[in-house]
Amino acid sequence: MPDRLKLNYYRQGQQMITKRSFLAAVLAAATALSAAPMAMADALESIKEAGILRVAVPQDFPPFGSVGTDMKPQGYDIDMARLIATKLNVDLALVPVTSANRIPFLQTGKVDLVISSMGKNPERDAVIDFSDAYAPFYNGVFGPEELEVADASDLSGKTVGVTRGSIEDLELTKIAPDDATLKRYEDNNGTISAFLSGQVDAIATGNVVAAAIIAQNPPKLPAMKFLIKNSPCYIGFAEGEPALAEAVNKIIAEAKEDGALDEISQQWLGMALPAGL
Amino acid sequence: MTYQFDFAWLATYWPVFLDGVLMTVRLIVIGGIAGLLLGTFCAWARSLGPVWLRPPVIAYVELIRNTPFLIQLFFIFFGLPAAGFRLTEVEAATLAMVINLGAYSAEIIRAGIEATPKGQFEAGASLALSPVQTFRHVVLVPALQRIWPALASQVVIVMLGSAVVSQIAVEDLTYAANFAQSRTFRAFEAYFVSTAIYLALAILLRFALLQAGRMIFPHAGAAR
Repeated sequence: MPDRLKLNYYRQGQQMITKRSFLAAVLAAATALSAAPMAMADALESIKEAGILRVAVPQDFPPFGSVGTDMKPQGYDIDMARLIATKLNVDLALVPVTSANRIPFLQTGKVDLVISSMGKNPERDAVIDFSDAYAPFYNGVFGPEELEVADASDLSGKTVGVTRGSIEDLELTKIAPDDATLKRYEDNNGTISAFLSGQVDAIATGNVVAAAIIAQNPPKLPAMKFLIKNSPCYIGFAEGEPALAEAVNKIIAEAKEDGALDEISQQWLGMALPAGL
Repeated sequence: MTYQFDFAWLATYWPVFLDGVLMTVRLIVIGGIAGLLLGTFCAWARSLGPVWLRPPVIAYVELIRNTPFLIQLFFIFFGLPAAGFRLTEVEAATLAMVINLGAYSAEIIRAGIEATPKGQFEAGASLALSPVQTFRHVVLVPALQRIWPALASQVVIVMLGSAVVSQIAVEDLTYAANFAQSRTFRAFEAYFVSTAIYLALAILLRFALLQAGRMIFPHAGAAR
C-alpha cells in the first residue's frame, strides 16, 4: 500500500472502528438468523419444502449422460436422478456439469446431488460425502458367452485384445499368464473390431465400452468373464447431511431390491447389475 | 530448449525395439520378394500376356494404387474374417504389403518392359529363342535393369509404409515405439529412437538393393 494511502487509513481509523463494529453486529445477526433454520431443517427438508431436487448430471458421457436425438438428456445417471426425485415425491431439475465442475457445483449449493458417474477417492471424500454405490464401473475381461474363462490363469493359450496404454492393458500385463497373447490396439475401435472379427478370443476393456458394443447388437456379444479393476459410481452430496444420505441410500437399496436399478443397468449398460454392487 | 532427454528407459525396453526391428525386416524381406514377383507377373500380363488376363490385372493394379494402404490392411484383417477368411495379424500385414508392392511395382516394371525396343524381340526370335526365353533374357532383365533404382525406391517406400501395421497389433518397430511411449511417457525419446532406426533401415535397404542390382545385372551400362 502506498504511504499516502496508509496515512489516510490510519487517520480514519478511529472513525472506522465504530462502522466496523456496527457491520459486525449486523453480520452476526444475519448469520444467526440464517444458521438457525439450516441447523434444524437439513438439506432433505429444504428439498421437500422447495418441491424440487437439483441434480448435477453429465451431458457428454454416454451411456451415463448424454443428449438424445430429441435434445433431452438421457442415460443411466439421468434415470437414477428421476428415480430419486420420484421416490422423494419432488420435481427434478437437471443441471448439466462437466467432471471438472461437478464438485464445485455441490460445494456452492447450486445442486443438491451429484449423479455424474463419479468414483470415490480420498481427495473427493475429504470435501463431499458419498452414498452407496449406484452404478457399476469397472474394467474386466469380456468374451463370447461360450468362452470358458473365470480368472486370469484361464487366459493361458488365449489371445486377448486390449487398447494400448489403458489401465486394463497395464493391469492385465501384470496378471496374465506367460503363454497368453496380448494384442495391443491403437484405440478402443481397434480393440472392438478385433473382437467382433474374431481376431482375438477375448478383450479387456471397460464395461462402458462393452455396453457400446452390445448397443450395436453385433452377432458376437461380449459377456463379462472376470474383473480387473472395480471403481463403481457413487452419488455425491454436501458434507454433514445424514438425513439426505439416509434417504438416498434407502432409495438405492430399494431400487437394488425391487429390480428398478437392474432395469436401468439393462437399458444403458446392456447387462444385469453385478452382484455385490 | 529446456526439455531434458532421458534414455534410461531404453535399458528396459531395448528388447521390444529389437523384436520390432526384426519384425519390420521380416515383413519387408518376405513382402518385398513376393511383391516383386507378383509385380513382375502383372507387368508381363498387362504388356505381353494373353488378352483375357489384362482386364483383371488392370483392375487389381488400379484398385490398389487408388486406395490407402491402411484401408487395404483393415479390409484384410478386420473385413475378410466376416467372409470366413481369417489371417493372423502378421499374415495379414505380409499379404497387404505383397498386394500393395505388387501393384506399384507392376507399373514400374511395365514401364521398363514397354521401353524395350522392338528390335530386341526380333533379335531374340532370330536367335531361335522360345517366347519364354525371349521374355526372360531379352526383355525382362534389361527392363529390370533400366528401372531398378525406381523399384528400389518403391521397396523402401513400402518398408516405411509398413509402420501402419502396428494398427492391427503387429509388433513391428512402430509398435515398439508406441508401446514404450505408452509405458514410459517418454514420447520424444521413443520416436527419436524409432526415427533413427527407420532412417538406418531405409539407407541399409536401399544400399542392399542397389548392391543386389549390381550382382543381378553384372553388365551395367551395356544395355543403355
